[in-house]
Amino acid sequence: MTTESGTDSEAKQPQENKETEKKNAKENEPASPQNQPEQLPAAAGHSTPTRKEQEQEEEDQVSNKSSTSRLSRSPLKGVKKVKIMQCKVTLLDDSDYTLNVEKRARGQELFDKVCDHLNLLEKDYFGITYRDVDNQKNWLDPCKELKKQIRTGPWNFAFNVKFYPPDPSQLTEDITRYYLCLQLRDDVVSGRLPCSFATHTVLGSYTVQSELGDYDPEELGSDYISELRFAPNQTKELEEKVMELHKTYKGMTPAEAEIHFLENAKKLSMYGVDLHHAKLVGSLYECLAPAEGEDSEGVEIMLGVCASGLLIYRDRLRINRFAWPKILKISYKRNNFYIKIRPGEFEQFESTIGFKLPNHRAAKRLWKVCVEHHTFFRLVSPEAPPKKFLSLGSKFRYSGRTQAQTRRASSQIIRPAPLFERSASKRYNMSRSLDGAPIMENHETLMKDSAAEGAANTIAKGDIITSVTPEKKAEEEKAEQDYTKMDGSEKTEPAASMPLRHESKDTSPPAEMVKHQTNISELKRSFLETDSGIPGLTEWEKRLSLSPAHSPRADEAPMIEPLELQDTEDKQPPVEETKELEHKTTKAAGFLVKYVVDSSGTDLATSSGPHGISLSTTMDDDVFLDRTLRTDADEKTPDSQEEVSERSIGKVSPGAVRQEVSRAISDKKGMLIILKEAEDIEESKPEFAVDETEEFLVTGEAVADENEISPSEENLAIEGDASVVIESTTTLVKIPEVEIKTYGVTQIKCMDSPKKAMASWISEQVKTNVSELNSMSTTEERQTKPSDAPQPPAEMLTSEEEQAVATPTGVTVSESSPAALAVSTLGLLSSCEKTSAEPEEKPVVATETKATPAKSTGPMRFDVVESGTKETPVIHTETKTITYESAGADTNGDLDPGVLLSAQTITSETTSTTTTTHITKMVKGGVSETRIEKRIVITGDADIDHDEALAQAIKEAKEQHPDMSVTKVVVHKETEITPEDGED
Amino acid sequence: MAGLRSGFGRYTHAIVRGIPESLAKEALRTGTGEEVDLAKAQREEEAYVEVLRTQLGLEVVELPADESLPDCVFVEDAAVVCGDTALITIPGAPSRRRETEAIKAALKDLNLNIVEMADENATLDGGDVLFTGQEFFVGLSKRTNQRGAEILADAFKDYAVSTVPVMEGLHLKSFCSMGGPGLIVIGSSEPAQKALKTMQQMSDHRYDKLTVPDDGAANCIYMNLPNKGHVLLHCTPEQYPESAKVFEKLKDYTLIPLSNLEKVKVDGALTCCSVLINKKANM
Repeated sequence: MTTESGTDSEAKQPQENKETEKKNAKENEPASPQNQPEQLPAAAGHSTPTRKEQEQEEEDQVSNKSSTSRLSRSPLKGVKKVKIMQCKVTLLDDSDYTLNVEKRARGQELFDKVCDHLNLLEKDYFGITYRDVDNQKNWLDPCKELKKQIRTGPWNFAFNVKFYPPDPSQLTEDITRYYLCLQLRDDVVSGRLPCSFATHTVLGSYTVQSELGDYDPEELGSDYISELRFAPNQTKELEEKVMELHKTYKGMTPAEAEIHFLENAKKLSMYGVDLHHAKLVGSLYECLAPAEGEDSEGVEIMLGVCASGLLIYRDRLRINRFAWPKILKISYKRNNFYIKIRPGEFEQFESTIGFKLPNHRAAKRLWKVCVEHHTFFRLVSPEAPPKKFLSLGSKFRYSGRTQAQTRRASSQIIRPAPLFERSASKRYNMSRSLDGAPIMENHETLMKDSAAEGAANTIAKGDIITSVTPEKKAEEEKAEQDYTKMDGSEKTEPAASMPLRHESKDTSPPAEMVKHQTNISELKRSFLETDSGIPGLTEWEKRLSLSPAHSPRADEAPMIEPLELQDTEDKQPPVEETKELEHKTTKAAGFLVKYVVDSSGTDLATSSGPHGISLSTTMDDDVFLDRTLRTDADEKTPDSQEEVSERSIGKVSPGAVRQEVSRAISDKKGMLIILKEAEDIEESKPEFAVDETEEFLVTGEAVADENEISPSEENLAIEGDASVVIESTTTLVKIPEVEIKTYGVTQIKCMDSPKKAMASWISEQVKTNVSELNSMSTTEERQTKPSDAPQPPAEMLTSEEEQAVATPTGVTVSESSPAALAVSTLGLLSSCEKTSAEPEEKPVVATETKATPAKSTGPMRFDVVESGTKETPVIHTETKTITYESAGADTNGDLDPGVLLSAQTITSETTSTTTTTHITKMVKGGVSETRIEKRIVITGDADIDHDEALAQAIKEAKEQHPDMSVTKVVVHKETEITPEDGED
Repeated sequence: MAGLRSGFGRYTHAIVRGIPESLAKEALRTGTGEEVDLAKAQREEEAYVEVLRTQLGLEVVELPADESLPDCVFVEDAAVVCGDTALITIPGAPSRRRETEAIKAALKDLNLNIVEMADENATLDGGDVLFTGQEFFVGLSKRTNQRGAEILADAFKDYAVSTVPVMEGLHLKSFCSMGGPGLIVIGSSEPAQKALKTMQQMSDHRYDKLTVPDDGAANCIYMNLPNKGHVLLHCTPEQYPESAKVFEKLKDYTLIPLSNLEKVKVDGALTCCSVLINKKANM
């Protein structure tokens, strides 16, 4: 959705083309002219921007594939003779690595080769830079061809850390930390990472320990330390202090020293902050605090992009900070860079803040860095690149893995820890030019190779495996722990081991299956975590106890309130707001956008059907890229709600997974605030995509299940006085992939006004503390559905079924045995049970029911959607329902319906998901309950990881309502099995 | 191997200064309240020093009062100490500028790295500096300007330094202070709450807040001392009954109410009267 302004792109296009031409001309000189064809000016006319974009887009897709599979496509294409270019890459130890790549190679290929050379697996934190005509560092775009990025000059690059992990101890491998250390040492010595004398000493001492080992005056001599550089202005005093400290580290291994180094470095305020010079345009409201009589307009500032958001500095002072959740939109236009800010508590409208960058390239560079950081640190999976009909704007998106994904991926690393040599950092002894290039001559070449080789020298020894594994395990455990604790605590690291989508292509099938299982267990964990904290504590207490400051006085918690970070606050509004990373749109573009919205609005509204591609799943709903909201006014009538008094959440559509989760917190006065959430997730999978994961989940269980049961019902009636109910429905339906593409294109706009209204409404609710609840939600919810998705017959069908099911309702499975996770060993759950090492002693009850009721849904859907898929006429549907219930929530089946105060339903959509949020407020006996139900229908193609989506949904709901806990999760899955599959 | 930042609230030394007789008549004040009872003020100061020295076991450096410096008892404004570095300030009030001399000498004697503010246009009062353990917030007030804050940021490079406009009151710490690691004590007034909001927005860190009814009561002194654990010097029930109740509910704290009735008349709060130093941190 990045829509650059028309003027901008118009202005830019020709320019770019000219550059291309120029470059081509240049390339032609030294290069043999054989394979230039597609480059030449044919594509350069003003009239062909569209075509050019499309072309590029195709290429991007190719590159995505090839990069993930790590197979280069080029050889296949290249019937023609391939031209080879020599690249020089300056590595982090300042050695140069020279390698050859095809001229048409993309950034990814070069990057992969360098990482291979470095023996680096956790490579997503790194990137390759090159210098542009202004001698500014730019990140190489892995998806674009090198030659399109290096316009002039030799192919010189540098290998650098791109995303500084906020917690380096979570990196899996020592070798990764080593490279991070090298980068940081350079950051420190160059002054990019300012630190105090004391910190220089400490960092220096760990550097010495990691490079030279134990202090040994005989071997090292007395002056050994002055050969190394630790600070921009190194003094004798500093060296002496470093030495003093070094003496105390006897026995510390290099890896340990690096961990200590990183532990100290990560706390520095400028750690991982990428600074960009800018000037203020307009005023930066009161927070700027301009000096007296000073106009903030035109004030020189620095913009710092980091993991948590955008920092604004004036000189060395931080004058403002915009956490990612606070930013609704990032854009640039000519020299200007804009951020649109979510309105604050007392503000009514978003504000847009503009910054003037030195030039257009600087503005674009900043914008890209922001997009990438946001995606990497904030999202679960990257956004799909915008697919636009018009050729406006940049299609640039971060295409790599997100931090969440890379953490998951690296937790799967099973190789023995590679042995590598820490190259002596003699480099700091040499004088360096400003940009960090060594001013070194003669023995450079000599050293180069040996150093480079040394760095990459890996020897896998058998015995290492044993020594390493426990360590790694510990780390993994730690990661899990962190994850468990994450909810409600550290928002800065939202990604911690979230289940995530793996690029399915880059793993072999068995791995995929494993992943899938882990995802499930992850999912389960993500549910369980809320309850698994500390037995006997309320959610509130748990939250408090997570903060060390509080553990000792959790009992008087009421006095101390967590000072919510902005980020956290932003998560409060239960309804998501949209974030678009996009350029300002011109009128033309705007029109187009609108059109798209409308059409997709209807399509999407029909729900699950047609859309296949899971767009960006976000860590927080507020950052959803594309989302359409709709309000169903009719649902608001109180009457409709009151009928629905029973707490039983009737089972869902056959083929749906529901999850109910509830949580509670006590407010200051010890009362309870209850919010409920319900989410339904429906997922659909394209049928012909024989997705391993899907199969894995499904096969083998079909038969048993078939007898097993009755259509429906899982009902969790949990509601104690404290619960949030999240329901989710997952339906696996197969849908032709073809469709997916078409629909994947769309959406752009979101109307967030209803959301906002909602948000404020909700927060009010929250303030009215009080507890109690009655769940009347489900039925309600079911009713909602038809109206949400009236369109395709298929949907109708589903909803009808649902209602039918609703009638028999009420089987209530409620339990509160605190320490038992009763899991029926069937199907899905059982399989994940097996893989997950997780002990089952969570205060959760899980029930699993499988139903195979309606076989009709599937075909109907197809009618709506597809054409020309080879569909088997008869479709068997397998339905599974799994319920997790937290015992923490009382099952005090209070059936009193209470008095309904209000109800509201909102629907929002993205390509792949339809979210229905239903909020009801009840008062009963002086106690009010707010229930937020969410049903998310996720329509998927083969690539969708449903478990992830589900986990995501739960996670999201939790993040929206950090103050609530999850008490019940019902997962209902429906899978259609083609006869062949079924037979298998 | 302990990190550089372990032990928030750990102190070994304190610098205090006597109350000159000129305080009663000449000390700067924002309000026009009653006259200061000098004798009572001196008793308050004695009690304060007694607590630091005897009850808490700090090494207290007592500087003699200087009659030409009516505000000299408020030593906090003259220096900001963090770790082994002491920034000697240029107080915003011209009449107070010479207060720094004695403080600087005392800090030098304690072997701290002394950093002075070279820019004459810069002003900074220590009372505008809130150090949370993770970062600094500097109030931009009548006494502290942007340039002063910049110099502070240069002196303590490890930490983020964010500026917070102080709309009302004398200093940033006139309505807030740290009540523990990650715990900000904040007054209930609108300007206080607004400042807190700003701080919260600027920070990457997570804090808890303890709201007290009276802004003045929000200025307290937190320490974490060996064998004593969490220690909080806070207002007395006589002065701020409602706020005192809030503090009294804190558990696992050694709570020490200290009277400040006289000094508050000239805008003196608890933190104002000492510069706290942790010498053990600097090997």
